Amino acid sequence: MSSTIVSLPDQSTARIPKVNFLTKENGLLSWLLTGDHKRIAILYLISISFFFFIGGALAGLIRLELLTPQSDLMATDTYNKVFSMHGIIMIFFFLVPSVPATLGNFFIPMMLGAKDLALPKVNLLSWYLYVAAGMLALYAMITGGVDTGWTFTTPLSTHYVNTNVITTGLAIFIAGFSSIFTGLNFIVTIHKMRAPGMTWFRMPLFVWAHYAASILMVLGTPVLAIALVLVVLERTVGIGVFDPAKGGDPLLFQHLFWFYSHPAVYIMILPGMGVINEVISTFSRKRVFGYTAVAFSSVAIAVFGFFVWAHHMFIMGVSNYAVLVFSLLTMLVAVPSAIKIFNWAFTLYKGSITFETPMLYSFGFMGLFTIGGLTGVFLGTSGTDIHLTETYFIVAHFHFVMVGGMLMAFLAGLHFWWPKMTGRMYPEKISQLAAVVTFIGFNFTFFPQFILGTLGMPRRYASYPPEFQVLNVFSTAGATILGVGYLLPVLYLTWSLKYGEIAGNNPWQATGLEWQTQSPPLTENFTEIPIMDHEAYDYEWLERQKEKEVTSVG
Amino acid sequence: MSEQHEQEHEHHIVSPKIYVTIFFALLVLTTATVAASFVEMGVFNPIVALAIAVVKAVLVVLFFMHVKYSTKLTKLTVGAGIFTFLVLISLTLADYFTRAWGRW
Repeated sequence: MSSTIVSLPDQSTARIPKVNFLTKENGLLSWLLTGDHKRIAILYLISISFFFFIGGALAGLIRLELLTPQSDLMATDTYNKVFSMHGIIMIFFFLVPSVPATLGNFFIPMMLGAKDLALPKVNLLSWYLYVAAGMLALYAMITGGVDTGWTFTTPLSTHYVNTNVITTGLAIFIAGFSSIFTGLNFIVTIHKMRAPGMTWFRMPLFVWAHYAASILMVLGTPVLAIALVLVVLERTVGIGVFDPAKGGDPLLFQHLFWFYSHPAVYIMILPGMGVINEVISTFSRKRVFGYTAVAFSSVAIAVFGFFVWAHHMFIMGVSNYAVLVFSLLTMLVAVPSAIKIFNWAFTLYKGSITFETPMLYSFGFMGLFTIGGLTGVFLGTSGTDIHLTETYFIVAHFHFVMVGGMLMAFLAGLHFWWPKMTGRMYPEKISQLAAVVTFIGFNFTFFPQFILGTLGMPRRYASYPPEFQVLNVFSTAGATILGVGYLLPVLYLTWSLKYGEIAGNNPWQATGLEWQTQSPPLTENFTEIPIMDHEAYDYEWLERQKEKEVTSVG
Repeated sequence: MSEQHEQEHEHHIVSPKIYVTIFFALLVLTTATVAASFVEMGVFNPIVALAIAVVKAVLVVLFFMHVKYSTKLTKLTVGAGIFTFLVLISLTLADYFTRAWGRW
């Protein structure tokens, strides 16, 4: 573990560049009215972290309640509200914007050699919409909450509950527009703003992954918006599309909802996979194995993602024939996901691997996402799904993908690009510790839930039979370890803003265009428009660049 | 970069005659929708109304929104939206049409 690729400038002489995007302008207004994609990314980073910790606190309450078989910490209807708000906040206000709106926003223009995103004002508008939606959701939570679960399933949401369904629905409606604007901006930027020589197959795979996720955001989110508006109209004026008494069908809501919300899991995971490409390549000093296959597997996930949604509805009363078709189609998604995992494994093969923090998080991603993905096959198979659905097996499955996968990827990316964003290194030893603590805490929390699920413990109940207690205590204990794992980065990353070592332009010796400029970057990103004259992940090109620098100075 | 942008901003100029023609076509189709609603056609009433609405939407997209004169990329983007919509409708109907068939 002693070997490292980190190359920092001489700390006694190194300085953070005086002019950069952080220092160019000062004052609150220069941030609130900015068009700079990097500043908007920082605004997003602060806001999604805020929502992550609210969602995390709610998760803590859920785990504390489940420490004992009885419902004793809170009333059962309070418990319903707590898990509903946990899901809504984590999905719509953390996972969907997490990597795209922060790292994607910051680095897609830089990776393409552009000065900014194509539509800077739309980018800022998307942040304001996000904040407005977030405040509305918090208002709904404080004034009584919502207890439908994050799925708003009809007829529960339209006929039976009397909580803040309308306010929360509108909040998600607005957050949807924020997401559409981000996706639209990425698509236009990737088509129109690439630097000379930056062909589609020279783009970093991070950009390909975001392109695929953006397609899903733009094509899928409107359907969710329509579904939620219909729920609101059903509650307020009783239009009856979901009401059998008026000729409607409650299952229609689930069709519309999952038509977005299944692709939404790919909106959440694809950008994370993009991060893993960059990290694995950099820390094994090799071009990503099968670049083209990995690029197209992102697009394939995006396309297949629209054909599988009814696997969330196998026991809900859909036709048996539809179950058969959707079960078969679901198996298709396993193919491009497996292509990615295998190609990362082959990238590692005979690479010069080093174990910096982003790499540790990426290993966590590969292991946990694989378990999460494979248990998804259990659930996509209609026979086993009948036994496992609505149990803790499902809860464990999507937390392995979303927390074990996406959150690990987000932390990998945040550590990987932290030196570029701030100009300073995070402290390596303690962050490696945090990565390991997170991995251990995660497995303690969520692995017992697989067993609970196969034993038949249903999800979404505040109480459970006493024989399930041991595994639930394991899970709650793991959650406290996980909590420490997430608090550590907040502390040391904040510390590093002032005391971290000066990173220099390219501390990881990475090949992306974003590393070939100063850290933190200039507002315009580059002093002159870069020309892309080599393939992505070309480490020999990087070596030649370094030789050139030395000879020209000498 | 700026040179590329100028090239892409060359707009096709649509003559007022086409705009007026489309406008009247839309008026005629609106009248047709209203008229059709007075004819008793059973299950075909909503189908006819939706068919006329689709024709009107296509006219607006093609001419008022200039898609007919746009680049292939714009046409592909519109096509992707329609494709996704068709997937939503057809696979949802695959459930509704087969629900009454019972077990396989």
